[in-house]
Amino acid sequence: MWEYTDKVQQHFLHPENVGEIENPSGIGDVGSLACGDALKLTLQIEDERIVDAKFKTFGCASAIASSSALTIMIKGMTVDEAEKVTNEDIADFLGGLPKEKMHCSVMGREALEAAIADYRGVILPMAEGEVVCECFGVTDLEVIRAIKESELRSVEEITNFTKAGGGCGKCEDRLREILQATVSETPVTLVQVEGPKRMTTLQKIKKIEAVLEREIKPALRKDGGDIELVDVDGDFVMVSLRGACTSCAKSQTTLKEYVEKKLRELVLESLIVEEAK
Amino acid sequence: MNCDAEKVVYMDNNATTRVAPEVVDVMMPFLTDCYGNPSSMHNFGGQVGGAIKNARAQIAGLLGAEASEITFTSCGTESDSTAILSALQSFPEKRHIVTTRVEHPAVKHLCENLDRLTGHKHRVTRLQVESDGTLDMARYEEALAVDTAIVSIMWANNETGVIFPVEKMAAMAKERGILFHTDAVQAVGKIPIKLKELDIDFLSLSGHKLHAPKGVGVLYVKRGTPFVPFLSGGHQEDGRRGGTENVASIVGLGKACELAGAMLEEENSRVRALRDRLEEGLLASVPKSMLNGHKTDRLPNTTNISFEFVEGEAILLHMNLYNICASSGSACTSGSLEPSHVLRAMGVPFTAAHGSIRFSLSVYNTEAEVDFVLEKMPPIIAELRQMSPFWKAE
Repeated sequence: MWEYTDKVQQHFLHPENVGEIENPSGIGDVGSLACGDALKLTLQIEDERIVDAKFKTFGCASAIASSSALTIMIKGMTVDEAEKVTNEDIADFLGGLPKEKMHCSVMGREALEAAIADYRGVILPMAEGEVVCECFGVTDLEVIRAIKESELRSVEEITNFTKAGGGCGKCEDRLREILQATVSETPVTLVQVEGPKRMTTLQKIKKIEAVLEREIKPALRKDGGDIELVDVDGDFVMVSLRGACTSCAKSQTTLKEYVEKKLRELVLESLIVEEAK
Repeated sequence: MNCDAEKVVYMDNNATTRVAPEVVDVMMPFLTDCYGNPSSMHNFGGQVGGAIKNARAQIAGLLGAEASEITFTSCGTESDSTAILSALQSFPEKRHIVTTRVEHPAVKHLCENLDRLTGHKHRVTRLQVESDGTLDMARYEEALAVDTAIVSIMWANNETGVIFPVEKMAAMAKERGILFHTDAVQAVGKIPIKLKELDIDFLSLSGHKLHAPKGVGVLYVKRGTPFVPFLSGGHQEDGRRGGTENVASIVGLGKACELAGAMLEEENSRVRALRDRLEEGLLASVPKSMLNGHKTDRLPNTTNISFEFVEGEAILLHMNLYNICASSGSACTSGSLEPSHVLRAMGVPFTAAHGSIRFSLSVYNTEAEVDFVLEKMPPIIAELRQMSPFWKAE
């Protein structure tokens, strides 16, 4: 079962602004039955201000909640303001979404963009990209934007956010290429993704510390756990699990499947994470 | 932890079942005083061995098999893996497997990963199913080849309840010298089984699907069938499966099989009638709803119904408000992004596959519960449809 926030539950069970505006100023129709979720957003715009917004959604709880949240957020905004609403804003409004469900918030944002483009009588730039994922009809432009905006760093994350790669999986290599190309051109505020080149132990420690601080600790703390770096010996990274992790039956899985995977991805492919005894 | 089990309308018995109170009773001594190791020389442990022997006989009784043909495992998945990998090791020159597109992941993913697991190249024929979920026997016959090592076909499908004619298919495999395995996790306890009269070489079952606890399974291996263990180690289970026995659960499973045998009649009369009442009621009261799977070649407890233009997770979470438990073949419930492989293999349109709900009943369900679900479902579907961009009110 998914762990939905109370806010998601509330907006799923009692969504606001369900329906369709007659003679709307703009319509955004995204998703499809085949994909498993779809959203039709209708806007009433007066003097460049969104005075009403309604939705109809086919999809799971988070898709319905995201749609409800979106309409509440944008009502009263000017079109220019609404244009700046991101999927992260929608997810934040709901107190967060499970990572596998982030694409529901992305769908909300796409519907908004489509409705604004319809109002302005322009063609959506995203639709002009090359289709990468045929199962879900996702273009390279959509993938690139998701990578940049949500700082995605793995194919799995791309799938969680855009659905690309979640069907037959044939486009995974292409997604990896796009990811690498996009990440390497993005001005790097994060730890640079390095190839398996040599690093001194000091460099390794610094990078591992940085990734632990930025990515891993916040994730573990959400579940009441924590982690400390004890030592780095060659490729062996000794860590010590703290808090709820120490009594958690899944801690070894977390260590290998999450901590090690992240460190391999962001620091060095050859790293081996072990628990210091 | 208190789970408020008495408040729940539990119709998800193909996922797991309530442990029968009679089963809990027979297990308790082995979780308390009778903690001896059945392999020990002293009487304190030895008497525990006697209880395992008794359980083995109870299980053999339900399956119409010999006690010596019963090997205890940890779950249905382990039984499936053991059977298939054993056959491949027994006949290393045979590199072909026949299975179906609608197998449980335990078999499906194993077959997909065989090359990596065994280090050999294998051909896997995955038989297509008809739109009602049944198999074309002519296609099955065609698939059997000279280098087929094993056929692995489920007895009954977990999602639709559709029953395959494994008796006949096993006979056809035997004529050609091919081993036959069936994943009978959903079938055991729901339909009569007499393995003595059949050509089935391996059969997998799982305790928690028939009111025994989770963490215990059985692999039936027909006498004389070549066998290579999956877990090697100690001499337990006649050297067929290493590891100290999960005594309490094994004893519980024995009791559960005895109960299942006694309740087979009720399962096929009262439970079937409840299922039919639920199914007919829903199909009649909810427009644009349809049954997935063959109407009669089916387990008595299972119904899989699609409610078009709405999504399964949303339906389940609304049902959850009324403490009604069921499952869905929708993409969103599985964590994958695509709907059930079973429904897709049957060619169920996307409009319907995403909105499929599986109700699976047990002897613990009552008519009042069925009526409660019949009362709650139509408004849930109507409310979600009113929100759906694809729904056109008629």
